Amino acid sequence: MYTQGLDQKQKKSAADPADTPERLAAFQARIDADEKIEPKDWMPSGYRKTLIRQMSQHAHSEIVGMLPEGNWITRAPTLRRKAILLAKVQDEAGHGLYIYGATETLGVSRDNLVADLLSGKAKYSSIFNYPTISWADIGTIGWLVDGAAIMNQIPLCRCSYGPYARAMVRVCKEESFHQRQGYEIMLELCRGTDEQKRMAQGALDRWWWPSLMMFGPSDKTSEHSAQSMAWKIKRISNDELRQKFVDVTVPQAEYLGLKMPDEDLVFDKKTGHYRFGEIDWEEFWEVLKGNGKCNRERLEARNSAHDEGRWVREAASAYAEKQAARDAA
Amino acid sequence: MTKEQALITYATRMGDNAIVMAQRLSEWVGHGPELEEEMAMANFALDYVGQARMFFSYAGELDGKGQSEDDICFLRDGWDYGNVLLLEQPNGDFGEAIARLVLFETFYSLQLEGLVSSPARKLAEIAACAIKESTYHIRHAGHWLIRLGDGTDESHRRVQHAIDRLWTYTGELFEADQVDQIMQAKWEGPDLTVLREQWHRQIDALLSKATLQKPADGWMDSGGKQGHHSEHLGYILAEMQSLQRTYPGANW
Amino acid sequence: MSKTDWPLYEVFIRARSGLSHRHFGSIHAADETMALDHARDLYTRRNEGVSIWVVRSTEIIASDPADSDSLFEPAADKIYRHPTFYKIPDDVENI
Repeated sequence: MYTQGLDQKQKKSAADPADTPERLAAFQARIDADEKIEPKDWMPSGYRKTLIRQMSQHAHSEIVGMLPEGNWITRAPTLRRKAILLAKVQDEAGHGLYIYGATETLGVSRDNLVADLLSGKAKYSSIFNYPTISWADIGTIGWLVDGAAIMNQIPLCRCSYGPYARAMVRVCKEESFHQRQGYEIMLELCRGTDEQKRMAQGALDRWWWPSLMMFGPSDKTSEHSAQSMAWKIKRISNDELRQKFVDVTVPQAEYLGLKMPDEDLVFDKKTGHYRFGEIDWEEFWEVLKGNGKCNRERLEARNSAHDEGRWVREAASAYAEKQAARDAA
Repeated sequence: MTKEQALITYATRMGDNAIVMAQRLSEWVGHGPELEEEMAMANFALDYVGQARMFFSYAGELDGKGQSEDDICFLRDGWDYGNVLLLEQPNGDFGEAIARLVLFETFYSLQLEGLVSSPARKLAEIAACAIKESTYHIRHAGHWLIRLGDGTDESHRRVQHAIDRLWTYTGELFEADQVDQIMQAKWEGPDLTVLREQWHRQIDALLSKATLQKPADGWMDSGGKQGHHSEHLGYILAEMQSLQRTYPGANW
Repeated sequence: MSKTDWPLYEVFIRARSGLSHRHFGSIHAADETMALDHARDLYTRRNEGVSIWVVRSTEIIASDPADSDSLFEPAADKIYRHPTFYKIPDDVENI
């Protein structure tokens, strides 16, 4: 999801001297017994690295995700919608903070993780590089993007790493309203004026394929998938999640009276699943590389917030030091 | 002006203050100096939106013309908006945002306290609710004022500049026009001259803790309450009201 | 503390009176008041708290997982500490 296995081209690092076959086997036995791994437990260096990458990408995605939605807070069409959107964006900041906190238990600092995001080194979910150009986009993001996130996050509640699993439980509890408010927006639009219906259809046309791309490329192309599954960091395959998402979402679109932007979409009575068209993976890789509509803007926004806020953070640290000196005196 | 009309205008003005503040605070999403501060600002904005809804709904009920909170918020133009000028000023840097919060909230919490015993029962209830939120806002913003005032040379300079710049908008908070006078006389509303003294004492104490200088009272800008706004309000309303104006009568 | 490095605090919250404080996670803050504010904003938005403790992470003293065996296993076979170990006839009351 926000953890699309994005750095798939990473080279395998030399085995950590501490990764002895005995330790690896004992660790795997714990995983197989559904034990939770906690921060100071021994873990293979690959497990630690994969988790740091996956969790930090997830946290970055929550934070960057505040931008496309934050874009419409001041223009929300009613006071109730404004309040809901503010609450949602607050939740997203919170989710980012929970997950950064959980990632730090693996021995990295949040400052370093954030520095990697701002420099463009770290990845975040491709979906947030698309622009929100109408109010219907806000509804669509809640319905599709949060819908996809929930689908990924529920199995992660059973992830083997304790802090991540616990963060996911908290996130899932809060996330359910996110999807419902999005769908509710779409319901109003689709029951509304011709222009509102057009707004809703336009948003679906633009967000459908990027939402499918959120689940990441097929696991067949990923070397790391099998290991992540064995370590219970990944519980369900990308393709399976994507299929589930399509099966669940198409009827929801039909209920709204919207047309899916996929000529090849058809329900297969034999399998009980929807067959859908080819995803344009070139678009996905381009967007990941930095060539999406909003990549530059997203990073520029976060970088300038960070730069413009430096004097504030320094002031807080300076004040705390002065206080400590006064208390000691 | 009848006492009922004064009450309607007063409640609407309080809603106007709340929604304009909410708009300015919302602009910090994605732009805060630290994630936690973005959350805090969004939290405050949410509090203010809630208050705006309560004040506008109340004003609509009193007016009896079937106007909803959204009608009042999205379909009035700037000359009918009665928010104070202090709140429509652009955010500036974080120091200015904190300075504005402190200067306004210190007044606002005193105003709210002054309303909790009003015979306008609903208004009193809304005030009682809002005070709890205001108390937390002051705590948070007040601590930031101290950190910035007593932090680094740069932060001290910036936040002093912010206080100096915004000072000219503080006079309006205590200017009692006919609406305020009727509120005090007929609805047990606050006495703005008393509020001004209390406000000065609290601001003095806070500025002193923050090692900041209190500006001398110079010329005070005003007129917001009467609908004579700065150039900023027009942009705030244009942005806020755009969807409702473009698609009149639609449901969202 | 470096110029912009805010220390890590662990957050414990009592959800309702009568319950114990539980560990909820961690936050960064420059000072104690900020730590309480951040903990409150992050963890109690949905009426989930009546009391917050924040503790500098460096102040927490934790048992070493490497010692788990010696710290915790001996208790595992001293089952006579559990009431179910003892067989008392059913017709003896109040025991």
